[in-house]
Amino acid sequence: MTPELGYALTVGALVLALYGAGAAALSAVKGRPDLQASSERAAIGVWLLITACMLLLVYAFLSFDFSIRYVANNTNRGTPFYYRITALWGALEGSIILWAWMLSLYTLIMVGRYRRTQPQLYPWALAVMLGISSFFLLVMTVPAPPFERLSPIPADGRGLNPLLEDSGMITHPVALYLGFTGFTVPFAFAMAALIIGRTGDEWITITRRWTIIAWYFLSLGLLIGGWWSYHVLGWGGYWAWDPVENAAFMPWLTATAFLHSVMIQERRRMLKLWNLTLIILTFSLTLFGTFLTRSGIIGSVHAFTQGSIGIFFLVFLAVIMLGAFSLLAWRLERLRGQSELDSIFSRESAFLLNNLFLIAAAFTVFFGTVFPLLSEAVKGQKVSVGAPFFNLVNIPIFLALIFLMGVGPLIAWRRASAENMRRNFLLPVVIGVVGAALCRALGVGNLLVLLCMGLVVFVAATIALDFWRAARARRRTGDGWLDATWGLALRQNRRYGGFIVHLGILVIALGVAGSQAWSTQTEATINRGASMELAGYRIRFDDLQPVEESNHFKVVGTFTVSDRRGPYTVLTPAKKFYPQEQTPIAAVDYRLGFMEDLYLVLGDFARDGSHATVKVQINRMVSWLWIGGLILTLGAALAILPEPRRTAARPRPDHAVVA
Amino acid sequence: MNRKAKFLGGGLVIVCALAYLVYAGVTQSVVYFVTPSELGAAPVAGKAYRLGGMVQPGTLVWDPKSLDLRFTLSDGQATVPVRHRGTPPDLFAESRGAVVEGTWSRDGYFQASTIMAKHSEEYKAPHDASQAGYKELLKTLRGSEPKP
Repeated sequence: MTPELGYALTVGALVLALYGAGAAALSAVKGRPDLQASSERAAIGVWLLITACMLLLVYAFLSFDFSIRYVANNTNRGTPFYYRITALWGALEGSIILWAWMLSLYTLIMVGRYRRTQPQLYPWALAVMLGISSFFLLVMTVPAPPFERLSPIPADGRGLNPLLEDSGMITHPVALYLGFTGFTVPFAFAMAALIIGRTGDEWITITRRWTIIAWYFLSLGLLIGGWWSYHVLGWGGYWAWDPVENAAFMPWLTATAFLHSVMIQERRRMLKLWNLTLIILTFSLTLFGTFLTRSGIIGSVHAFTQGSIGIFFLVFLAVIMLGAFSLLAWRLERLRGQSELDSIFSRESAFLLNNLFLIAAAFTVFFGTVFPLLSEAVKGQKVSVGAPFFNLVNIPIFLALIFLMGVGPLIAWRRASAENMRRNFLLPVVIGVVGAALCRALGVGNLLVLLCMGLVVFVAATIALDFWRAARARRRTGDGWLDATWGLALRQNRRYGGFIVHLGILVIALGVAGSQAWSTQTEATINRGASMELAGYRIRFDDLQPVEESNHFKVVGTFTVSDRRGPYTVLTPAKKFYPQEQTPIAAVDYRLGFMEDLYLVLGDFARDGSHATVKVQINRMVSWLWIGGLILTLGAALAILPEPRRTAARPRPDHAVVA
Repeated sequence: MNRKAKFLGGGLVIVCALAYLVYAGVTQSVVYFVTPSELGAAPVAGKAYRLGGMVQPGTLVWDPKSLDLRFTLSDGQATVPVRHRGTPPDLFAESRGAVVEGTWSRDGYFQASTIMAKHSEEYKAPHDASQAGYKELLKTLRGSEPKP
C-alpha cells in the first residue's frame, strides 16, 4: 500500500507544480491576482505533498518496509536508528526527494517574503521556481521513483553503504543540497528580471542576498565533506579533486565571483550582463554537478550508479541554458553598463581580476573533470588527469586570488592615487615581507609555502589595518574598544562579514599549504609487542580483538603511542566487515592536534594477531582547515544578517572608511 | 580607446598565461589508460600509465615484513609483471580485476604507486560463502586471545 500511496503523492505534487508554474506565469501576463493566489496555494500544496512523501519514506525506513525497493536497498534490520533516517538521502532516489523538498521550501519562503514587496518580479520568479520543481518531481516519477515496489518482498534489506554510517552524513548532504538548491532562487529572480525587462537594481539586492545564503550552505557542505573524507575514507586527505567534489566546487567558485562582481554593479552600475551570466552559470553548474554525480559517466567514490537518469538532467540542463541565454540575448540592449573603467589601479579592476581568476579556476576544474571524456571523444584515447593537474594549475591561481583579497577591499574606487596606495598598502606589504622572512628564519624552506605565508600575512595586515582605523574612528565618538568593534561588525555587517570570511580563507590556505608541504607517512608491519617510530612518535602494537556490532563485525587493533615526553595516547584503528559488502571497510583512528594530527589506518593483519600492518600518517596543520572553515561560516552568517537601517536607535556620524 | 586597449592587452596576457598553465598541467600530469597488451607493445619508461587487467593465479607474492607486493596482470593476451610497496587493497586477490597506476621501469616491470581493486558498486546481497568466511575469521581471532 505504501508504494502506491507514495507514487500518488509524487504524481500529485508534479501536477500541482506544473499547474502552479502555469498559473503564476499567466497571472503575470494577464495581471490576474486570483490566478496568482491560486499559484501560491499550489506552491503550498507542492510543499505539503513532498513533505508527506518524505515522511512516508521515513516511516517506511523505520518500519523496515522492504516492499519498497529503495528501503530494501539501503537499510537492513541491523541498521541503527539514526542511519535509518539518514538513509533517506543515502542514495539516488532519496537525494532527489530531499532536493525537491528543499526547493519547495525555498519556494514557500519566497512566497512569504516577496508576495507583497515585489509585485512585478515575484510572479515570474514563482513560475520559474515551480517549473524547476516540476522537473525534479518528474525525475521522481519516471526515471528514479523512490517508492518503486519490490517483489517478492525480501526478508531483510541489503543495508546502508557502510561509508555513510557516519554523523557527517546527517549534515553534509543537507548543507550541500541547501546550497545547491539555494542557487535556484537567485536564478529565478534573474530570469524574472529579464522577462519583464526590469534590469534595474531591485532584483540585484534580492539575488545577492540569496546567493550569500546558498553560498553559506554550500561552503558548509564542502567543509563537512572534507571532514568526512578525512575521518572516514582512511586515506588521510580532505580533498581528492574527485569529479563529484569538483562538481560542488565549480558553482562555489562562480558564486564567489558573483558575490564580488555584484558589488561593482551596486556601486558603479557596471557588469550587469556579466553578473547575469554568472548567476546562470552557477545554477547551470549545480545541475551539471547533479548530472555528473547521477549519470555514472565519470567514475567516482561518490557516484550513484544509475544511468538512465543522466539523459533527463542533460536535456533539462540544455533547456535551462538555452532559455536563459536566449533571454539574455533578447534583453542585451538594456544590459549595457553605464560607466567605464577609469584606471588599472582601482577597486573595479581588482574585482575584475578577481573574477577572471575565479572563473579561470572554475574553468580549469571543469576542464580537468571532463578531460577524460573529451580525450576519448576526440582522440579515442583513454586518459585522465588527476590531483597533480589540479594542484599545478590551481596553486598559482589561488595565490593570485589571495593577493587580490588584500588589494580589493582597500584600494580606492575609480582611480587610486599614489597617496591612497601608500596609506593602505605600504605597511601591510612590509609586514608581509617581514612575516615571510620570519618564516624563512624559522626553517620554512618550501618556496611556495613561503610565498603563501607572506601573502597571508599581507592580507591579514590589510584587514587588521582597516579594522583598526575604523574602530579608532568609532572610538572617537565615545565608545570603548569592545563596543566600537562590535558596533562596526553589526553596522557594516556586509563589509566586516566579508573580512571575516577572508580571514577564514587565509587560515584554510595556511592549512592547505602546511598539510601539503609537511605531512609525512609510512607503512610498516609490526609484531605484537613491538614498536615503530615516525617523526618523534613511538607506536607499539599491543593487540588485535574481534568485536561484534549490530550490523557488522570488526577487528580492532590497539596501538599505544608515546612521544618524546612520554605516553601520548592509545589508538584503535579497525577493519569493519559488513556481510553485504565485498570489501572490509577501514575505520581510522586519530588524535587531532593544533599543529599535527596522528592518523592510523589498519592494513593487513595475521589472523592469529601475531602481526599487523599499519599506515601511520602525521598530517600537519589539517586542523587549520576546520578552524578556518568555522571562521568562514561565522563571517558568512554575519554577512547574511539584515543590514541595519540608517535610522538606527543611536544615530552616529559614519566613521571614515577608507574606500 | 587607448585605455580600453591597455585593459584588453593586460587581460589577454593573463588569459594566455592561464592557457599555458593548463596546457603544461595536462602534458605533465596526463595518465594513459592501457591494457597489458597495449603496454607490452610499446612501453615507454617513466611515462605515467593506468594499467588494468586480471591478477594471474599463482603470481601473487606478498611479504608483510618488507611490504613488498608482486603479481602479474593479464588481459588474456599479454602479461605485465607489477611491483608495489605497501598493503594490497582489501578486495585485491588472484583472479580478480585490478587497476594499477604507476610507471614502466627500465628493468622490465611495472612500478605501481597505487593499486585499485575493481569491485562492482552495487551492493551484494549477503551470500553463504562470504558469511562462512567471516565466521571462520571471527573464530580464528577469538581463538587467539593474547597468550600469557
